[in-house]
Amino acid sequence: MAIRIAVASGKGGTGKTTVSLNLAARFGEPVQLADCDVEEPNDNLFLKCEHLASSEVVMLTPQVNKDLCTGCGACGEICQFRGIISLGSKAIVFPELCHGCGGCFRVCPTGAISETPHQIGKISIGQSGNIRLVEGRLEVGVSLVPPVIRAVREQLLEDMPAILDAPPGTSCPVVATLRDCDYVLMVTDPTPFGLHDLKLAVAMVRELGLPCGVVVNRAGDDRVGLYRFCEEQNLPVLLSIPDDRLIAEVVSRGGLVADALPEYGLMFSELSEKLKKRVRPTGGKP
Amino acid sequence: MKKDIIDELLVISGKGGTGKTSVTASFAVLAGKAVLADCDVDAADLHLLLSPDIRERHPFFSGREAIIRQQDCTGCNVCMDVCRFDAVREFEGKYRIDPVGCEGCGVCVRFCPVKAIDFPERLCGEWMLSDTRCGPMVHAQLGVAAENSGKLVSTVREQALEVAVEKEIPLIISDGPPGIGCPVIASLSGVSLALVVTEPTVSGLHDLQRVLALARHFSVPAAVCVNKWDINPEQTERIESAARSAGAEIAGRIRYDRSVTQAQLQQKAAVEFESAVADDIRKVWEQTLSML
Repeated sequence: MAIRIAVASGKGGTGKTTVSLNLAARFGEPVQLADCDVEEPNDNLFLKCEHLASSEVVMLTPQVNKDLCTGCGACGEICQFRGIISLGSKAIVFPELCHGCGGCFRVCPTGAISETPHQIGKISIGQSGNIRLVEGRLEVGVSLVPPVIRAVREQLLEDMPAILDAPPGTSCPVVATLRDCDYVLMVTDPTPFGLHDLKLAVAMVRELGLPCGVVVNRAGDDRVGLYRFCEEQNLPVLLSIPDDRLIAEVVSRGGLVADALPEYGLMFSELSEKLKKRVRPTGGKP
Repeated sequence: MKKDIIDELLVISGKGGTGKTSVTASFAVLAGKAVLADCDVDAADLHLLLSPDIRERHPFFSGREAIIRQQDCTGCNVCMDVCRFDAVREFEGKYRIDPVGCEGCGVCVRFCPVKAIDFPERLCGEWMLSDTRCGPMVHAQLGVAAENSGKLVSTVREQALEVAVEKEIPLIISDGPPGIGCPVIASLSGVSLALVVTEPTVSGLHDLQRVLALARHFSVPAAVCVNKWDINPEQTERIESAARSAGAEIAGRIRYDRSVTQAQLQQKAAVEFESAVADDIRKVWEQTLSML
């Protein structure tokens, strides 16, 4: 099994996508990039991949056969999410609340419940140079994010290294991305918000038992004590990207920093060498 | 005060890190008196600018979690067969539930033939009621790697509404989460207006279109404000024109200015200092107020 590196941050907009893309572009060998920010996937805006394949992400939701339903209430009793209710009457399904656990289908004593696929997202696979991109995209209006992220991960090839571009935050979508990765690269910036949210993200990564390192983006005066925090927590700072308006302009146009500004391209090559030395595949058993 | 005359203004962004919290804090100062709600419960930052005095803390329980009692488990594998979330792990004949993977559906609990699985309530975080210099504030912290952020957001909004009714404050200003998933839907449904703060990048435009589609899906009126607009003026034009085509109003532009970060370092909102960017934010505030 090849290595899997997740790129995460507590705070949004710290540069996860920029780091993921440029790390992939300077990885020096074929690599997979998984866009796990399925609510707002952005990687392909920069890669403009040749499209290879796409598939639907579906969740199995219950359907009730009114002729067989006796209104016994067993389905409503097992459902923890109020996705199906039956109060002395025939069962009613609320698909937007369903988590697809299959509990109602299994407990129904008369076989009145069947499961039908309900589209919640889409997976696209593309290629750009050395990068094989697997993008997940949540359908607008759907609230359940982790199943789409799991579907992205299922499309990853086991024998090619992978970089997983995570969504912001510290809750279930991030956990679904980081689970069973070998290393987490946290991207932050030296602002009060950046440091505060990094602390939350570090607590989360430690809870998951994963090794991690830090990329400081928009580095300049460290007036919040970011580097001191990293030192105290034994978090290696693997790269500091200067606060350079040129980078912001390249990113705003959808350009790759490593290509447009070669001196930064070298920085990402170094980052990828450091990671290859540091990260060992664990096969999902940290 | 009746609930239906209270306006609820939500600040969201689609893309993360576009300046939602900085704008929200400035709005809180400009409003003079409003109830503030931090709905970004998994990376809450508004408290860093508004220095709340915490008055009440409440634990937030939501959902349940399956736990196998090792002494009673016979290793029959039924739990692993029925789990659709890959949460059951087996190691040398021992079965356990990975709490991080457990969805809390209870299917394994029900089907365990020897009833060896407990199903206790799960503590998912806490919510707080505080006082700030701009009015009362309801905020929360989701537990580490916890689930149910949408339900915690709903709790924060319900409490903010209660405070608004009780203290007769007719405006709630909420700082929303990034994205378009569960916590955003929980923040958005039924608000008076969603102000989308975006940035003039290809990602900003792409993410704006998805979040505006979400607002339409829930029939919430939306307005758009481009932050750091001068980083890329052409992209700003494109974003404003896309926003108009999507049926959103334009609330104005805010220039790129390091004094926003300077204010953050002093735990203040940008409008608490005199600057050109503070004037920009004041104009956006007035425009937004006129839409409520």
